[in-house]
Amino acid sequence: MTKTLATTAMFLALAAPAFAEGELNLYNWGNYTSPEMIEKFEKETGIKVTITDYDSNDTALAKIKAGGHGFDIVVPSGTYVPIFIDEGLLMESKPNEMENFSNMDPQWVDVEFDPGRNYTVPWQWGTVGVTVNTSVYDGDIDTSAVIFDPPEELKGKINVTPEMNDLMGLAIHYVGGEQCTADKEVLKKVRDMLQAAKPSWISMDYGMIEKYAAGDVAAGSNWNGASMRARAKNADISFGYPQEGYPVWMDNAAILADATNVEEAKTFLNFIMAPENAAMLSSFARYANGIAGSEEFMPEDMKTAPEIVVPAELKGAAYVARTCPPEATKLYTAIWTELQK
Amino acid sequence: MARYTRYDVHRQTGFTTIAFSCFVLLYMPIILLVIYSFNAGSSIAIWEGFSWRWYQSAWQNEQVQEATVRSLIIALWASAVSTSVAVMAALATTRTRKFRGQSVVFALINQPLMVPEIVTAVALLIFFAGIKVATGYTGLFYLILAHSAFCIPFAYLPIRARLQGMDLTLEQAAADLYATPFQVFRRITLPQLWPGILAGAMLAFVISLDDVVITEFVKSAGQDTLPTYMLGQLRRVVTPEINAISTALLSISILMVIAFTVLSKMKK
Amino acid sequence: MADLAQATQQRAARTRWLLLAPALVILLIAASGPLLITLVYSFLTPGDYGGVEWQFSVDAWFNVVMQRDIFDDTLGFSDAHLSIFARSVKLSLMTTVLCLFFGFPTAYFIATRPKKQRDLWMLLIIIPFWTNLLIRTFAVVELVRNEGTVNTLLLWLGVIDAPIQMLYTEFSILVGMVYVYLPLMVLPLYAAMERLDFSLVEAAYDLYATRFQVLRRVIVPLVKPGVVAGSILVFVPSLGAYVTPRVMGGGNQLMIGNLIELQFGQGRNWPLGAALSITLLGIVMLALLLYVRAAGSEEPHRG
Repeated sequence: MTKTLATTAMFLALAAPAFAEGELNLYNWGNYTSPEMIEKFEKETGIKVTITDYDSNDTALAKIKAGGHGFDIVVPSGTYVPIFIDEGLLMESKPNEMENFSNMDPQWVDVEFDPGRNYTVPWQWGTVGVTVNTSVYDGDIDTSAVIFDPPEELKGKINVTPEMNDLMGLAIHYVGGEQCTADKEVLKKVRDMLQAAKPSWISMDYGMIEKYAAGDVAAGSNWNGASMRARAKNADISFGYPQEGYPVWMDNAAILADATNVEEAKTFLNFIMAPENAAMLSSFARYANGIAGSEEFMPEDMKTAPEIVVPAELKGAAYVARTCPPEATKLYTAIWTELQK
Repeated sequence: MARYTRYDVHRQTGFTTIAFSCFVLLYMPIILLVIYSFNAGSSIAIWEGFSWRWYQSAWQNEQVQEATVRSLIIALWASAVSTSVAVMAALATTRTRKFRGQSVVFALINQPLMVPEIVTAVALLIFFAGIKVATGYTGLFYLILAHSAFCIPFAYLPIRARLQGMDLTLEQAAADLYATPFQVFRRITLPQLWPGILAGAMLAFVISLDDVVITEFVKSAGQDTLPTYMLGQLRRVVTPEINAISTALLSISILMVIAFTVLSKMKK
Repeated sequence: MADLAQATQQRAARTRWLLLAPALVILLIAASGPLLITLVYSFLTPGDYGGVEWQFSVDAWFNVVMQRDIFDDTLGFSDAHLSIFARSVKLSLMTTVLCLFFGFPTAYFIATRPKKQRDLWMLLIIIPFWTNLLIRTFAVVELVRNEGTVNTLLLWLGVIDAPIQMLYTEFSILVGMVYVYLPLMVLPLYAAMERLDFSLVEAAYDLYATRFQVLRRVIVPLVKPGVVAGSILVFVPSLGAYVTPRVMGGGNQLMIGNLIELQFGQGRNWPLGAALSITLLGIVMLALLLYVRAAGSEEPHRG
């Protein structure tokens, strides 16, 4: 009996999921979607949301390009949005004509990757800077020198996040260049500088929150939200904004060109532009969201967090990360491989 | 005592010590994993006191539960399919004279071992996506097929190793007594082959359960398995929720093993 | 008479291919097909943002071992790729040897238990592996990191006075790989040992063989198929390992698997990734060939 049941269950599992009306398939970074917000959305609209995870923009791009995936919404980083659009993978869903569009912070409307917002809606945005354990090193931390020319105290205790474009950006700006440059003079300096810094690094890894908190690593390049989580566990952890230049990134929700549940997806995009809903996203993922007025719905500790509120004098050093042209990427990959060997 | 052990033909100096240290090493990380499933903090490495918090959160997290069940379903299917075809393949390729195409067959069977996962993953993505678009079917079948394929060598090699040393005389005797080939297989070969089959099936099950990369590329909407769910977390925060689920699964399997042992004792 | 023999032989061949058919069909679809795609890709031009352009090129193959310096355009061996290859082969060999060192006695121990207990011991080996690979690897990280269990214990015992840096070294990759691949060694070894005929061992002792002689001359030759199967199952996947080096090596001790992944991911050079994969396949086949040959030549006095 149990055997028959088990077999039946297994056969049922093989059957294709029925795409009934009122469904939405969200393809997003892992651990990035607030369950409370989804619950609220489901309750209000009656649409059942299924979340599937990815762990890199490249994986998401490759899968969506291949087709036959069944997703309706994807959340690529700003640097990937132009690629998605060029390849014809996104639907021109006109979020700028949606009801809640007026809530969008004006500084995020005319972005380079989607001018006027014809395709995408902000999900979360953040910065890449340096995290330092101030009990180990109490000098100036608003500089990339912390990782590229580290003080004696930090040597051998540095972790670098293995995001090629973020790190290359930090490094290029550190030697005085511009992001996405293919200038070989600059890149040569970058290569030599990175090779000299590498022996001071202990690792190039993600998920370092605990290791910062426990003291396994004392400094490194990091996302601001991750740094904030580490500070919650260890008050000595601080986040610095490199004055030489640091990238600002934004992940954006967009409807796919071959989405099957288009109306539901549009409802969803409109939904996340409401301040109270955007705030739910932020309280879960711990980054800012690009929707004006969402602050008042956010938890107290996030409104004033030094990782989110950029100091005025360092605002100018920020640059919005761009999609680098293939010639530049090719050079970066060569430097990057050499660095990781 | 020394005289006695000399006649224990099973004994090899140091083997038992190594075997026991091996078991200790195998279980040390598992014990840590279980301990942290009860962590009050949200870390898998810093202890902040005891709580059931992550069990509750896992209990409420539909996504992770579905992923767990999906992983098990795929692993069961993949190990069943790969072990069955591996037994057949092993019977066909072992204890026979060299036949034409033998080396090609071996190369084919072991091929999933030799090609890194990411390569198979990307190629399968493109291949299956074409089929998905053409047929409109996006179910679990693709994942099971892909898993079955890379499980085949893991099932095949232990079965073949077992088969290689098996005695032919019993089977010949049975055949001389007019047993049909199927009867010979069912009554003679299969019982002798059983430990190999069990080893192969267990390996295949474990390999399927652990697969990340191929699954990540082949899965369609709503088909996260436990490993791909975890991979998604890797870049952000890994919480003890997974520890809680693993501990629950571990307890269930240990309970099953105990029940199995008790039952088989009662039979005697 | 000759006809009859031929007919039997034909029937045997037909049965053989029938038995092989299901396995081969699955493998052709889900393993060889992809390999063929990979081979084709390795001769194409990389697309600007991943993928490939349908334009013939041998650049990828050229770049596997050679490189044109990006700054002064001089031609040289690709130092990065070669050292990653060398590290992968070295670590995989060491993993295999260590798995054999731990796995052989363990399998032997289990195989010499009373018959009824054996399945239980086998289950004990396999149970840890029913938990997810990533979470298991994280637990190993927890063991070896600076503030982790082993260092804390050693500090407390007074053996060391500063934590030893074990995580993010080749040592920690090795620990992780041995841990992950151990059952792949134990299971086939056990399957081969389980049917070991101990009357042969007894006979050897009657002839005044020492324990070591018995092991070397009687047991090892008898369970050799298991040793071969186990070593292949450990060596080959370790060579292409991806998750363990990524987690245990902290991203600055790349192995071939990671290098290939980089090309399909952030590096956006699919053809190079494909060419590197085929190269890896070549290394594996070469290693297997050497191994099988060496294992074959050791075969003691067949008579």
